[in-house]
Amino acid sequence: MGAIYVMWLRQIKKYWRSKPRMIGSLGQPILFLVALGFGLGPIFQKAGGGNYIDFLAPGIIAMSILFSAMFNGIEIIWDRQFGFLKETLVAPVQRWKIMFGRTLGGSTVSFMQGIIVFLITLAIGFRPKSAESVILAFIFMFLIALLFTALGTAIASRLTDMQAFPLIINFLIMPIFFLSGALFPLNGVPTAVKIIALVNPLSYGVDGIRAALSGMGQFSFAIDFGIMAAVTAIVLFIGTWMFSKIQL
Amino acid sequence: MKEDVSIIKVEKLVKRFGDFNAVDGISFDVKHGQLFAFLGPNGAGKTTTIKMLTTLLEQTSGKIIINGSDPQANKDKVRESFGIVFQDPSLDDDLTAFENLEFHGVLYGVEKKVLYKRIESLLKLVDLWQRKDDFVKTFSGGMKRRLEIARGLIHHPKILFLDEPTLGLDPQTRNHLWNYVKALNKKEGMTVFFTTHYMEEAARMADNIAIIDHGKIITQGTASEITKKSRTKTLEEAFLKLTGHALRDESASAADAFRTHARAWGRR
Repeated sequence: MGAIYVMWLRQIKKYWRSKPRMIGSLGQPILFLVALGFGLGPIFQKAGGGNYIDFLAPGIIAMSILFSAMFNGIEIIWDRQFGFLKETLVAPVQRWKIMFGRTLGGSTVSFMQGIIVFLITLAIGFRPKSAESVILAFIFMFLIALLFTALGTAIASRLTDMQAFPLIINFLIMPIFFLSGALFPLNGVPTAVKIIALVNPLSYGVDGIRAALSGMGQFSFAIDFGIMAAVTAIVLFIGTWMFSKIQL
Repeated sequence: MKEDVSIIKVEKLVKRFGDFNAVDGISFDVKHGQLFAFLGPNGAGKTTTIKMLTTLLEQTSGKIIINGSDPQANKDKVRESFGIVFQDPSLDDDLTAFENLEFHGVLYGVEKKVLYKRIESLLKLVDLWQRKDDFVKTFSGGMKRRLEIARGLIHHPKILFLDEPTLGLDPQTRNHLWNYVKALNKKEGMTVFFTTHYMEEAARMADNIAIIDHGKIITQGTASEITKKSRTKTLEEAFLKLTGHALRDESASAADAFRTHARAWGRR
């Protein structure tokens, strides 16, 4: 238990001490909210979609978590580069605990990032349905954070190249984000796009948050939660396995 | 002290990378409570050997026993038994000196009460107690080294691996460190396995020395045995005689020529 806790605590401390990181990662979600929210909002409304901010805010919250979570993996690459990884690899602690603590720490950081974005959406006029719905949304937000931190960490444990990591992550993040229904509803899109969106786990995460906060869900909570939880468990398992295979 | 009991036992150890034998069938024994020096030129296979002894790398073939256990079959048991100071830094720069040690203590399951006492005494010992709440990124190379050595000792290991611990340190700090390591070795019976490029350090500190080159152990014994065998005056002379350029160039000439060519014509 101790090992998981200290690995978690380390991530939190580092995040808390790095204010530029905290502030810098808010730029993109704010830009998206303002530009898309106010730019496309009137069109969305005219087309009969309802209030666009209600639709968009959950998507942007999910986006900020997705980006932050995937990039958590870079910490493994940094640690490998600067040697700290070795310190954790020779410790008498099962590797899965190290990996799990790291992933949990990274997810907590990304989840907090998501909460900050949530507060910003409140500031620009987004109103969730109820207080209970916020708690339900937080569950989905944490699942998104956990899933994509695990994915980023899994990828990072196989990479030794510092430059390659951001490239690969960007290559993955963009389609995951754009084809998740974060920005537009999935019911009107062509079948091919819809199929991609349906195999994209983020779609269910976004849908869960949106159903909770705005009541605009497409799937049932059971499906959203079930799929998110299952995919997260699988990715965590694969990530742990890959991490345990690291040799130096 | 059980002077004649082996705490590290290595038999016909081989590590192959592709078709290159980094470690090529070495065997040696380190007795309980010994200071054992593992010497060799750069690229001889020292660090690869240490990685295999410390569970970080799986051997191609051969047998290793550390404190009664096999490092691959029984990783955690072996990991508990040693502390290590790596050749390259392995501290977390974004944490303070104190946090780095605390973190290590928790990972090694040291009880909280004991842990804080040990952190204090170790930090005082390496002269960093005043700086305990400073971030490691503000430390100089020597201070980081001292902190790493303190960290390697937090869990009172049975074996301490030191991979060129004194590299880049001034003579004062080197002297200070060795005195401390020696004292711990005496007081706690801690076995020390170290590599160094300072031959006088090895000659002065080590109970036993092995010299490795091209992945093979070329000689073993005490400093005086080695100098006697090679008919030289000092360990440094013996080392140069045994691993000298003639030997190296003969077997590496083709690869070296290729490397020089690549360096001259390559983009770097």
